[in-house]
Amino acid sequence: MADTAAQMQTGIAGALRTPDGRPLKQALAQAERRARIRAFLLVLPLLAFVLLTFIIPIGQMLSRSVLNDTFSANMPALTQWFSENPDAEPNEAAFEALVTDLRAARENRTQGAVGTRINYEVPGTRSLFTSTARRVDGLEPPFREAVLDVDKGWERRDLWAAMRSAAKPVTLNFYQAAVDRKITPDGQFARADEQNRIYVTLFMRTFVLSIVITGLCLILGFPVAHLLAVLPMRKASLLLILVLLPFWTSLLVRTTSWMVLLQGQGVINNTLVGLGILGDDNRLAMMYNQTGTIIAMTHILLPFMILPLYSVMKTIPPSYARAARSLGATSWTTFRRIYVPQTVPGIGAGAILVFILAVGYYITPALVGGATGTLISNQIAFHMLSSLNWSLAAALAAMLLAAVLVLYWVYDRIVGIDNMKLG
Amino acid sequence: MKKTLILTTALTGLAFAASAQEVTVMSWGGAYTKSQVEAYHKPFTAETGIKVNSVDADNPATPIKAQVEAGNITVDVADIELADAVRLCDEGLLEVIDHSALPPAPDGTPATEDFLPAGMVSDCAVPSIVWSTIVAYNTNNVQGTPTTLADFFDTTAFPGKRGARKDPTALLEMALVADGVPADQVYDTLGTDAGVDRAFAKLDTIKSDIVWWEAGAQPPQLLADGEVVMTTAYNGRIFNAQVTENQPFGIIWDGQILDFDLFVIPKGAPNKEEALKFISFATDTQRLADQAAWISYGPARKSSAPFVGLFNDGKTEMGPHMPTAPENLKTALANDFEFWADRKVELTERFNAWLLQ
Repeated sequence: MADTAAQMQTGIAGALRTPDGRPLKQALAQAERRARIRAFLLVLPLLAFVLLTFIIPIGQMLSRSVLNDTFSANMPALTQWFSENPDAEPNEAAFEALVTDLRAARENRTQGAVGTRINYEVPGTRSLFTSTARRVDGLEPPFREAVLDVDKGWERRDLWAAMRSAAKPVTLNFYQAAVDRKITPDGQFARADEQNRIYVTLFMRTFVLSIVITGLCLILGFPVAHLLAVLPMRKASLLLILVLLPFWTSLLVRTTSWMVLLQGQGVINNTLVGLGILGDDNRLAMMYNQTGTIIAMTHILLPFMILPLYSVMKTIPPSYARAARSLGATSWTTFRRIYVPQTVPGIGAGAILVFILAVGYYITPALVGGATGTLISNQIAFHMLSSLNWSLAAALAAMLLAAVLVLYWVYDRIVGIDNMKLG
Repeated sequence: MKKTLILTTALTGLAFAASAQEVTVMSWGGAYTKSQVEAYHKPFTAETGIKVNSVDADNPATPIKAQVEAGNITVDVADIELADAVRLCDEGLLEVIDHSALPPAPDGTPATEDFLPAGMVSDCAVPSIVWSTIVAYNTNNVQGTPTTLADFFDTTAFPGKRGARKDPTALLEMALVADGVPADQVYDTLGTDAGVDRAFAKLDTIKSDIVWWEAGAQPPQLLADGEVVMTTAYNGRIFNAQVTENQPFGIIWDGQILDFDLFVIPKGAPNKEEALKFISFATDTQRLADQAAWISYGPARKSSAPFVGLFNDGKTEMGPHMPTAPENLKTALANDFEFWADRKVELTERFNAWLLQ
């Protein structure tokens, strides 16, 4: 803007100069550059903070989903054999390399780590590594016979296929595991056995439950937000406090309160039994299942729906609805054709907030979900904290992130992100 | 001004001294951590001046592994199960502890012969207690008196919810024993695919009735609340609820699964010297016997047995409450640490998938 103005003036009256003799255009550009640098310096701390505490660690974590050098770093001889013999069946040289590596692994106590890495691909093979390493010192050539003597399991073709694939530090195996695929004996990928399929079911469950929770929040939150927007100021602020008070209470307190209310011997069941509505033997199971997860998460996420809706509804002039009524619309038509379309930015913002929070929710489903109410985030936490299969955890997290970004894009295409109003 | 300066300097010095002389011990929480604080931590601080920080986890083996892998170790001593000790030692996540440097028994028997041999299989760990996984019930809520593991799986004769630890260890063994597998064949059976299928099939029969617990303090709570009528539990927690809180709980000793708890030092622990000192102190004859006055777990040293007497209420005889009491041992099963060290990862995965189905 300033540039164009300067150009226009230059065009009209030749080179304009500042009082100290510099061309005006140059002085302006300099002043603007200085302002830009100052603005950048102001956000620099935030930028550095985000980079250091968010982008780098998350990037590093996600890179683990494709990078895993446990095998190649600890089994160098076998890794070399694999790269020199791209298609060969395991021969005496391969078994000799295996024994060399296992000896070194025993020395450094890494056989457990290597076994665990292969066990990810072929369940039940971890013990091959640990038990063979325990006896590796006594092995004599020919190594093939000697190793097979320790355990016949070393013949398995899927084991060798898994080792060959694990010898490459860059791998897509963890993404395949994250969609319930496994290595077959011929080194191909196929669907995992039914008893080992988890993740696809869990992803589906996570999305379905999140949609249900978002829907419930919308149904429950819409009237509340409307009430907040139309009540006189004093009453509205009282109501707003009631909405915000639970929002400010600790998440754990709210979740455990629900446990007190919903459990088999809890307040609700006791009241129903006491009133004679339920028999003592058929108390409702509202906790440690999906019902518990849905109830507790809907309550916890409700303010994230109410607040954006409220901020949008507050700005809708009541005269539109009045105009519609005076032109003969029924109250339902007024609501449907006049009021709701104006609240869409709030509905969009609330729904996307609640949905994204629900998809990644962890602590509430862990506490009240039992076996059927846990979500994909609980499985990610299991692999982060218990099984320590960080690569698989990273692959699952990356898929979750990608799914959320896709939804965000879809939302943008349908509703338009610039329509969203967050409050 | 000068006074303040001196005071601050003195305080800083104190803080420095304190941070140089401390050891962080991670255990299982609740009544069990309390027994350790009373029997080990307090006397240790009194004798050496080294402060003991007590922290808890549902299973300390889990954070240990995560801490060492991430290179951010905050724990000096951890109390873990035998199979985990063997497994973590195999993976190079624990410091090696010289067993011969541990204090001998009062009669001079060297430590290596004084400890129960089954607990001394890992050179990264020193055993402290023998404990067991049992099934406990609330006499007020259960109909009749359950006496065997089969009763735990029989929801027709004993209706009501069941509690179980959200972990395949001990549970799979109990399922097989309840299904009629003799105790000495349990691990051979579990070593085959058919055996694992059989254990899960048995668990399927009560799956919809199970409330899962994770922390050892939960099962007494679930029983007391009436949330479950029977639950698997650590025997000491049930004992403490029975004796100190007068809860009407009973224990099914049939098919109890014995295990050790051991002290280990995570590789790269910040206060390794103090940690070693703590472990030698806590696992000497007298200290192990002292712990039995706070919870019904058996000491891992033979020489401690004569020193085990009354509970800290001054009237309860500990002997019959110990998992190692002869009448409780009749059908007991010792946890096969080698089996679980090798197969825990895959069986846990199968268990998780089973939970979701």
